[in-house]
Order: sequence, then C-alpha cells, then structure tokens
Amino acid sequence: MAVQSTDTETLPASTMIEFEQVAARLDGRLIWSGVDLAIEPGQFVALLGPNGVGKTTLIKIALGLLAPAGGRVTVLGGPPGQARDKIGYLPQRRSFDASLRVRGRDIVRLGLDGYRWGLPLPGLGGGRRREAARRVADALELVGASAYADRMVGQVSGGEQQRLLIAQALVRDPQVLILDEPLDGLDLPNQAAVAALISHICSRHKVSVLMAAHDVNPILSYLDQVVYLAPGGAVSGPPEQVVTGETLTRLYRTPIEVLRTSDGQLVVVGVPEPAARHSDRHAG
Amino acid sequence: MLWLLVAAGPASWPGRLLGEARGLFSYRFMVNAYEAGTIVAVMAALVGWFMVLRRQTFAGHTLSVVAFPGAAAAILLGVSAGLGYYGFCLAAALVIAVAPRGSAAAGGFSQESAVIGTVQAFALASGFLFVALYHGFLESVNSLLFGTFLGITNGQVIVLLVVALGVVAVLALVGRPLLFASIDPAVAAVHGVPVRLLGGVFLVLLGLTAAATTQVTGALLVFALLVMPAATAQRLTARPAVSLILSVGIALGVIWVALAIAYYTPYPLGFWVTSVAFGLYVAATLSTAARHRDARRAAHLTGLDQAA
Repeated sequence: MAVQSTDTETLPASTMIEFEQVAARLDGRLIWSGVDLAIEPGQFVALLGPNGVGKTTLIKIALGLLAPAGGRVTVLGGPPGQARDKIGYLPQRRSFDASLRVRGRDIVRLGLDGYRWGLPLPGLGGGRRREAARRVADALELVGASAYADRMVGQVSGGEQQRLLIAQALVRDPQVLILDEPLDGLDLPNQAAVAALISHICSRHKVSVLMAAHDVNPILSYLDQVVYLAPGGAVSGPPEQVVTGETLTRLYRTPIEVLRTSDGQLVVVGVPEPAARHSDRHAG
Repeated sequence: MLWLLVAAGPASWPGRLLGEARGLFSYRFMVNAYEAGTIVAVMAALVGWFMVLRRQTFAGHTLSVVAFPGAAAAILLGVSAGLGYYGFCLAAALVIAVAPRGSAAAGGFSQESAVIGTVQAFALASGFLFVALYHGFLESVNSLLFGTFLGITNGQVIVLLVVALGVVAVLALVGRPLLFASIDPAVAAVHGVPVRLLGGVFLVLLGLTAAATTQVTGALLVFALLVMPAATAQRLTARPAVSLILSVGIALGVIWVALAIAYYTPYPLGFWVTSVAFGLYVAATLSTAARHRDARRAAHLTGLDQAA
C-alpha cells in the first residue's frame, strides 16, 4: 500500500472513506441526513437506493465537489477533494459522441496528466513520455481494452467504452475507485463482464471500490458491504444481513423479494404491483 | 535560389515562376498580405482546432460576424479599424462566455443557444447601419464581409503578430487542460481542472482570433481558416499532436495558394481561400471514406474466408 501522509491530525491509514452523520442539501432542500459510512481498504462496497435519493450527491460529497450540509467526511485521512491523485472516478451516464475524433488511448492518457498546465516539451521529457505511455498500456491491459484502444472512442460499443473509462480512472494507480452507476445501459453479458473486472481489480490490486447502482444483482456476489441510502439515513452491512426482503421493501416502498439460487447466490426481484395500488402510491 | 534561375534559364518554367514570384513580392501590399495571411493562418488553425473539437463553430462564426459592425463603427467614428475589430469581438466573446448555458445534455460546453444567434443577426444589421450612416462606402462592405488583400498596412501586420504571439502563448499554457475539459468535463473537474474558467478563456482567445482572421478573409468567410483546416486535419488523423500540426500546415498552404490566385484574378480573396480549403476538405473526406470502404471490404472478405 502507498505511504499515507504524515499529518498528525489524520486518521490511521485504515479507513479509506468515512462519513459521520453527514447530511446533504441540494437546491436548498435537505435530501438525506444522518448518514454513517466506513469503507475499509480493499473492500467492494455498493451504494444502493431508489432513483433520485441522492447517490450521486453522496459521491460528489466524497469527491469534494459538493460541501456537506452537516457531519464530518474524511477521505484517505483528510478532507474530501485533497487526495485527487489517489481517487479514480467514473461519472454517471457518460458516453462520447459517435463523431468525436479522439482515440480511446488518448482518453486514458488524459486521465494520467491531462490536468497539467503547459505543453510537454518534445526533447526534454523523453523518458517521462515513455513512462506515461507504459502506464497507459498497463491500464489498458488490465481492463482488457488493448485491442480497441486505438479506435475512435465514440465508435466502440458501450461495454468497450466502459472498460476504457475504467482504464482512465485506474491509470494513476488510485487507492479508491468511485463509480457512479457504471453498469447502466449495458446488456447482461457486458454487465457481468464489467462487474467481474471491477471485482478483479478490487481484490487483486487492493483498490477500494465504491459503486453506486440501482440494480444490485450483477454485483451481489462480489460485494463486501452494502450501503442502502434513504432520506432518513443509511443502512450498511454485509449483503446477507442487509439484503433482505423486508429491508428492501421498506426502503424502495414497493414489494421486493430476495431469493436464493441453487448455488447459494442471492437474487433481488421486484414483485409487480397491482395497478390500483400503484396509482394510490403516487396520489399519497 | 538564384542558381535555379541560372541553371534552368529564365525562359523555363521554374525560371518564369521565380520571376513571377519576385514580381508579386515587389509590391509592399502583397508582402504585407502574405505576412498577415501567414500569421492569421497559424493562429486560426490552432484555435480553430480546439473550436471544432468543442463544437463551438457557431460561436466562432458569430464572433467573426461581430467584427463587421466593429470595423464599420470604427470607420464611422474615425478611430483605427483595429480598435473596432478587436474591441467588438472581445466584448462579444465575454457576452457569450457569461450567457446562460444552452442544454446541459450536450456536455455543458455547447454554446448553441438562441443568444448567439440573436447576437449574430444584430451584428450584421448594425454593421449595415453604420455603413449607411457613413453615407455608403459600398466597396468597403464587400471587403469587410468577403476579405481583401489590398491595403493591409504595416501597423496592422505588427498588431496581428503581437496578438498572435499572445494567443498562441496562452494556448500553449492551457492547451492540455483545455483538451481534457473539452472531451471529458466531468472527470476533468474532479482532477482539478477549472472547466468553466477555461471555457471563458478559450472564448476570449477565439474572439481575438476571429477579429484577426476577419481582416484577411472577411467577416463572413472566417470559416475557411478557422474551421476547415482543423476539420480536414481531424478527418485525416485522430492523434492530437499530429492533427494540430497538420491543421497549421493545411491553413498555411490554403492561404499562400489563395493569395497567389487572388493576385492574378479579379475575384475576392475570401472566395479563393474558401474554395481551396473546401476542396482540400472534400478530398480528405473522400480519401478517408475510400480507405474505410476498402478496410471494411477486406474485413468482410477475411470473414468469408474464415467462415468457409
């Protein structure tokens, strides 16, 4: 693991992300409060909740893009937004225009040093350029995107684009990977493949993963911790404890069952509501 | 180069070409035109490359149209035309920079909003008003709108050089984060890139470039140097560094050839610049389309071989 900062005020380097009684305000409205959360090194944590509950807001607070309305947030031993190079981020629903003339390899390269001012000097930085190219190639190899890295990023498929974007988030060897609904819009085989890739990165390379999702099934078998976000707070714990029919039905306010497959895996299934009850729910 | 003349003899075609070139450059206004054209081509190619990437071509065109009332107002008020060009374009760039965003769905930096269209229409109308108030110098309207290589002064060339050096220096400083913010604003923001501020800085650079380019190609034909070389280069290659250099090369080729043709014909410079640039763009598009078709055909054939 990388050496943590020697600031005397920081926590011991055990908890990667810690939320203590954090509240969030968006457009003046309090969207959730009383959230406690702790992500340990090497954990794969899913952030679940209904659409609109504020999962993206929680992620933005963890990244330092938004200030919390209350509570304390500690990321990698300091306030959020400081350790930028140790956090990889994949925003929600990001897709590139089909006509954008940029290669996947360049997208990954920008994740490495795109934020630096000034131009790389052609003669002087030769060694550094080779080093950068090697790191980009390593990241592409890790996600299995080397074959199509030189094609236009807008012309590869959705699953391939997600792999390139994961490579971009990983190219600086982060300790934490934060993904906002990365499996959105992918078909089932791609969902399974990307979920397996993230789990592989988490366990093999000791990267903590916080992943927001609204469908937990593709990742349920890989999770170390599940966090359910609701307006009144968050429920977190290992999947077997938290992913139960009663908890989910209460949180999503719609009937949900949790079933076990023949090989012991958990599967979450929403039970369709009768039409009358559905319209009453919106009226209330 | 004189040895060419001596070796080939003055009657052969290299000798005649050299003789023509020396004749062309014996006129001070042509030398100025070539100097101004070269400076403007380099600046427009570099700034235009980013503009095409950021899909801000409509804003770029509007900023150059705004130069028309700027120059007309300057002539009307009796001040230097350069003040009108740069002043109006800079003001319009700042207006567009602080205008409310268009649709956030287009990536946040798309400037295709009604404000720009309104500014453009108003600019054209004001320009005609100012020219009419000056009691009609109708030829000047043509040259303001469609370009001229006559009467580019030494002072104009020096101002162009200074502006170009400034713009290229700033672009070299912010180029990499600007590229990042243009392609991937959400992740760039997380990496600490000031996306909105860079957007504003780029619009100012675009305004200065549009003002400079207008003086050579005219307010309505700035696309020829601002958009087409960059679009052609991006069609030919996707590697950013190569594409940038190619864009500059194409722009230089376009302006040099167009100036030479305009010297020998009575038709406006802007027409030749646009035609040469457009011709290159069409050629590049056709050649890449042919390459893709061949590659697809080859892939299809290998697929058939494998299936068989």
